[in-house]
Amino acid sequence: MAAYKERKNVSFFSRGTMILLILLGIAAFAALYRFTYGLGAATDMSDKVPWGLWVAFDVLAGVALAAGGFGITAAVYIFNMKKYKPIARPAILTAFIGYLIVIIGLVIDIGQPTRFWHPLVMWQHKSIMFEVVWCISLYTTVLAIEFTPPVLERLRWTGLLKIIKFFTYPIVIAGIILSFLHQSSLGAFFLIMPSKLNALWYSPIMPQMFYISAIAVGLSMVSIESIVSAWAFKREYEPGIIKGLGKGVAITLLVYLVVKIADLIVRGKFSMVFDGSTASRFYLIEIFMGVIIPMILLSTQKIRESIGGTFISAMLVVGGVLMNRFNTNFFSQVGNGVSYFPTWREFAITIGLVSLGIILYRLAVIFLPVFEEAEAEH
Amino acid sequence: MAKNEKKPIGALIDLTKCIGCRGCQIACKSWNNRAVKKTVMTGNFTNPIDLNSETYTMIKYVEKEQDALMEWDFIKVQCMHCKNPACVSACPVGAFQKSPEGPVMYEPEKCIGCRYCMMACPFQIPKYEWEKVSPVVQKCTFCAERISEGLIPACVKTCPPKAIIFGTYEEILAEAEKRIKENPKKYVNHIYGKEEAGGTSWLYLSSVPFETLGFKMNIPKRPLPDLTWASLSKIPVTVGSLALILSAIAYIRNRGENNKEEK
Repeated sequence: MAAYKERKNVSFFSRGTMILLILLGIAAFAALYRFTYGLGAATDMSDKVPWGLWVAFDVLAGVALAAGGFGITAAVYIFNMKKYKPIARPAILTAFIGYLIVIIGLVIDIGQPTRFWHPLVMWQHKSIMFEVVWCISLYTTVLAIEFTPPVLERLRWTGLLKIIKFFTYPIVIAGIILSFLHQSSLGAFFLIMPSKLNALWYSPIMPQMFYISAIAVGLSMVSIESIVSAWAFKREYEPGIIKGLGKGVAITLLVYLVVKIADLIVRGKFSMVFDGSTASRFYLIEIFMGVIIPMILLSTQKIRESIGGTFISAMLVVGGVLMNRFNTNFFSQVGNGVSYFPTWREFAITIGLVSLGIILYRLAVIFLPVFEEAEAEH
Repeated sequence: MAKNEKKPIGALIDLTKCIGCRGCQIACKSWNNRAVKKTVMTGNFTNPIDLNSETYTMIKYVEKEQDALMEWDFIKVQCMHCKNPACVSACPVGAFQKSPEGPVMYEPEKCIGCRYCMMACPFQIPKYEWEKVSPVVQKCTFCAERISEGLIPACVKTCPPKAIIFGTYEEILAEAEKRIKENPKKYVNHIYGKEEAGGTSWLYLSSVPFETLGFKMNIPKRPLPDLTWASLSKIPVTVGSLALILSAIAYIRNRGENNKEEK
């Protein structure tokens, strides 16, 4: 094992980190307000809109954005695609941080934060929420184990490291199964609302749709992260990896689009797409901006080979999945004079959680051998 | 009432008999010790505008024009006490339970406040104590504690025109069918709640189509928990087959690799 040196070329504090810390401070203030005065005072949620920005972004979208972890571990360990090995650790790190943030977001969002552990003790196996809480808890544990090697390398605990590495395959497989279950279950949340959720989004195969779109957005996030961290940590990025990810995203988006259209036709709702309603406009933007355009872009070899093109396409996919989760959540609640617009506190906490994620990522990359695995292995 | 203890209970609201006095609204508040919430003028008699954490039941006033005069339809709303409730299946900690007697019960000590019950309920009944720092869900209890003492629900007891009847589910369903049969011109041929969401313990009769009264007409006739169970029940098979498939792929794709690496 190669001796690890701290990244001396990058210091933790930069202008960017300062801004993130300020955003985190504002979020902490907003969270303090929420815990002191309650959800009603801190948010715009109401009996008409019980699930607001936090559920839509911090939970539904957050979990999907962190899907790169299981996507890359599956590629590297199960399919033995060695090319992606250098990004396995960053992808696992992103997923781990992503899930920690989802859990913090959930604890802030639930009305009784001190009882967050209840589902682990009080079982109700017919609840999707029960399953999601269990899967998220278990998968976060799996991610923590998957991320121990860089920590153990740093600490030079080779004995424990060997034990962990011995169990790599069972751990990776457990992670993929847990991800499959809860990524799709986030879509299954809405199966129980056939009379509430707009028919453009309501489908018996929402679980499968959530899963497929999670793969697309998870891989896109890995692309974005590779590009941004190459820039931030003055590293070389590997064009082969970015290109391969782009291809994977394009194929996944194609599958997703075919499933979406076939589902609308089978359910006889295809005409709703063009009926000019508010929902149809949101749907069209979601599908065009988030699925069709990035799919076409990433199908073009020239764009796949350019960093800018890949970056823009990946951002579009992220935007599309964000919109999908927001639309699914809000079009099951809005209508008939129901209005909801997040308060500044809701925005501040969501922005603060994202900032926290970036700060943790930066800390980990600077102080742990996250990018060095490829070198260390040889 | 002793003979009723084993059979599930039900209640029938005959909207044609409701006079909109709000006696039920007040009796409910009084029995359940619900506080008064500040309300606003909306230009409509409905007050408060909707159920809330302090209001388990209320009368809604639907205005309509009849012979150039303003007319009202009155609708009493409360928890429907579904036979197979969405809230019970949605709750991750089992805070909601359907008691064998009929009432859908809620244990606030278990609740984590995820509000999935509110999202899942097709009738939008569970309400949250948004203004509180430590909020719980609130909804109609079917006066379960009164019923266990052999009494009838507070709203039923107080209703001056006897627009609400309480009894075993069988009795009130038979009564609803009898009324429609005897007065087919008076009632629309629909017992609301008989089939909605797989059937509810509260049933409604009306002389005007339910859709004009704001009742939700697009609620499936099957129990809603079936929809999520269809997904959840596949988990054991999914886990098993995924574990097998992934192990097989990993084995095939990585054959011989380990030896190479160790050298």
